[in-house]
Amino acid sequence: MADGIKDKVAILGMGCTRFGERWEAYAEDLATEAFVECLEDAGIEKKEIQAAYIGTHIDEINVGKAAVPLGVALKLPYIPVTRTENYCATATEAFRAACYSVAAGVYDIVLALGVEKLKDTGYGGLPSGGSMGVKPFMMGANMTAPGMFAQLATAYSAKWGVPMEKIKDAMAHVSAKSHANGALNPKAHLRKVVSEDQIKAAPMIAYPLGLFDCCGVSDGSACVIVTTPEIAKSLKKNQDIVKVKALSVSVSSGEEAIGNTWDGAHFVTTRIAATNAYEEAGIKNPREDLSMMEVHDCFSITEMVTMEDLHISPKGGAYDDIMGGFYDLDGKVPCQVDGGLKCFGHPIGASGLRMLYAMYEQLLDRVPQERKVKNAHLGLTHNLGGMPHSNVAAISIIGID
Amino acid sequence: MAGICSYGGYVPRYRLNRMLVYQAMGWMNPANIANAGGEKAVANFDEDSITMAVAAGLNALNGMDRSEVQGVYFASTTMPYKERLNSGIVSAALGLNDHIRTADFSGGLKAGTTALLSALDGVEAKNLNNVVVTASECRLGKPASPQELIFGDASAALVIGDEDVIAEFKGSYSVTHDFADHYRGQSAKYDRQWEDRWIRDLGFDQFIPEAINGLLNKYSLKSDDFARVIYDCHYAAARKKLGKVLGIAPETDQTNLQAEVGQSGTAQSLVMLVNALEEAKPGDKLLVVSFGSGCDALYFEVTANIEKRTDREAISACLSNKAELDNYTKYLVWRNILPGDAGLRSEEDVWTRWSALWRSRKTVLGLWGTKCKKCGTAQIPPQNVCVNPECGAINQMDDYLFSDKIGHIASFTGDMLAASLNPPAVYGQIEFEGGGKMMFDFTDCNLDELEIGMPVSMSFRRKYYDEKRDISGYFWKAVPVKEVK
Repeated sequence: MADGIKDKVAILGMGCTRFGERWEAYAEDLATEAFVECLEDAGIEKKEIQAAYIGTHIDEINVGKAAVPLGVALKLPYIPVTRTENYCATATEAFRAACYSVAAGVYDIVLALGVEKLKDTGYGGLPSGGSMGVKPFMMGANMTAPGMFAQLATAYSAKWGVPMEKIKDAMAHVSAKSHANGALNPKAHLRKVVSEDQIKAAPMIAYPLGLFDCCGVSDGSACVIVTTPEIAKSLKKNQDIVKVKALSVSVSSGEEAIGNTWDGAHFVTTRIAATNAYEEAGIKNPREDLSMMEVHDCFSITEMVTMEDLHISPKGGAYDDIMGGFYDLDGKVPCQVDGGLKCFGHPIGASGLRMLYAMYEQLLDRVPQERKVKNAHLGLTHNLGGMPHSNVAAISIIGID
Repeated sequence: MAGICSYGGYVPRYRLNRMLVYQAMGWMNPANIANAGGEKAVANFDEDSITMAVAAGLNALNGMDRSEVQGVYFASTTMPYKERLNSGIVSAALGLNDHIRTADFSGGLKAGTTALLSALDGVEAKNLNNVVVTASECRLGKPASPQELIFGDASAALVIGDEDVIAEFKGSYSVTHDFADHYRGQSAKYDRQWEDRWIRDLGFDQFIPEAINGLLNKYSLKSDDFARVIYDCHYAAARKKLGKVLGIAPETDQTNLQAEVGQSGTAQSLVMLVNALEEAKPGDKLLVVSFGSGCDALYFEVTANIEKRTDREAISACLSNKAELDNYTKYLVWRNILPGDAGLRSEEDVWTRWSALWRSRKTVLGLWGTKCKKCGTAQIPPQNVCVNPECGAINQMDDYLFSDKIGHIASFTGDMLAASLNPPAVYGQIEFEGGGKMMFDFTDCNLDELEIGMPVSMSFRRKYYDEKRDISGYFWKAVPVKEVK
């Protein structure tokens, strides 16, 4: 009888590059940078790694397809290397594969690395088209990510009767909070404090999302080495062991996109993935039990509805928690403690592991006082890949005992 | 008896005030002040002669059983394809069945009436019934040319059959002349014309009477037997003179809509005919005359059936549904006269995968989806596995048409990041009455007028133009339904 991942896998080391417009770096350079930090943190040698997973999303301007680029870049000694790709949940999928490899007892020490080089497109935003297959050219809307996520706001306003002005206020608070957190983080892409008034006055990108409602498009890499809790304990005698508590993924069934039941104002997948993750981790009341979170704030409205979909704020009621500072750095459950996608940046294939890195450094008390979460013992990461009507939600929960 | 069973028309929503054009380009050709009155109808950036023909066709087919249509004849001198049957695209978009006769009529501007005559011949000979004849035009005049001011975009459609006709076909008379008043060569983008005086004095003044008198003599009629004389001539002075010479009373002289729409080429005389049918009474005799490389004159008599049609408006409904295009350069960019920079994002290569389009032709061109035989759930795009989680039946689908369904806006946005020739790109989810939901581009609307729940109808539009390979790709967009007052 399967009984889940809880406490079967431990994190031995992590690394994360500075995110940003890394004009000087290829994906291989970023991967190497994250790997060097990770290997040093793990305190092992490269040859001890028995298998690896690489997460990359965009084929055209990154390292292309397959896992071979990672083996070649890091000179991994002919071990199995596999590529994972699942939109913005790509890195979390690499992590999940690495964890399952260890939990299955097949390998002792496994690497997962996410990397994305986006700033070779020549224009703002993500590249469109190409990666979606043949059909959207024939029958898809002329859409971009901001426009697809912006629709959450129009549908949310209609569903809950919340006026757009209030939604704009909450979205502005979400972004201002992430800017404040990101400004404290030397590895973050955007490091400027921005006021809620500035946010609301910014040029429109996709109604009702303005410039500051959209996350940074960045280059970066993050990686992790996982092992069994026993091996971790033997190698890290004098520190807490960060263990995996839950790994949960839910993928759209088509009902949201073409069925007649979805309201367009929430993520069906996130709700299901969250319920499953809490059950796996044995969390009864996430609002009380979670210490902190890194969620998929690709757009401020995404973060707003995600607070409800993670079953922390009441449905239709995120506004009060957000405006009340519940998710601020000094709030009850701080969210986006490193700046989030919004300010730390969003290199698609690296983001899931970057979120995990933020939780990991908090759990091990490695962050300066100014951005420290008090009594951090349980952290949640949440990725949302794809579009609100058709997506993958991936949740990881890690913690120290 | 063969005749017209139904009519439809379409004038694009945007109108360009001719004085705006003159203010921009009059310095180059000051004499154009003579053509600078009124406004011209301008196709939206996502419209062309095919999409406008479909709009008129859908208007004409409204309420008719589409499975009974046996042919589509499409006339235009501005068809997007030289090779690839344009009427085949129109037919698929009209949701007609595959086993019908289709043909493109082009060359001279009288091709619209020639298509009509061909359909009438086919029906009279009992070879065909219920033929959709549509003429649609989107001609370009070079900036500062008279044509730029004179031309307008419009389309008309008639269903030709032999049962319950609203106007019986009584006879015709044709004249053909290789009179090159206007011409375009193999690769010409713009119309070229000879001197106005020659076109007027030799062309209109001679050929219109030649055709009309030919018909009157053939059927022993007089011009005042007709309730409406519908003839193509955009020169106001020439019209005045012709009216006198031919004895056409001003009240029977059907307006050419030059001040509201502009000269619409092959569609011109049929747009005027549709406009006349909106007001026609049983017993009215109508004379229709085209002009261009000769003339076709056709004679119809309106029957009592016309009073059975509940919604008489077609062209006039479009005339009242208009939006001012208050920007001449926007018009130039839309017609690719002024190649504007829509950003690097717009330069991503769009490949038309013909084999995939063939597979998806019913959905892409006709907006067909599927309906589950087991649970009745409508779904688009077509699915193998039923989306209803309580059902999940596999390969139990019937074809189901969405193009004629009303939808409602479930979510929307106006996107400034998406590459568009009319930013912001407005799109959102549409939920159809009767079931089914899909993300669509919206068109012919303003972002600030949109609301969740607002009804929309579906409109066939050009989705993209691949300049490198000269391909126009089509799909359906949502258009907010105008409030009926």
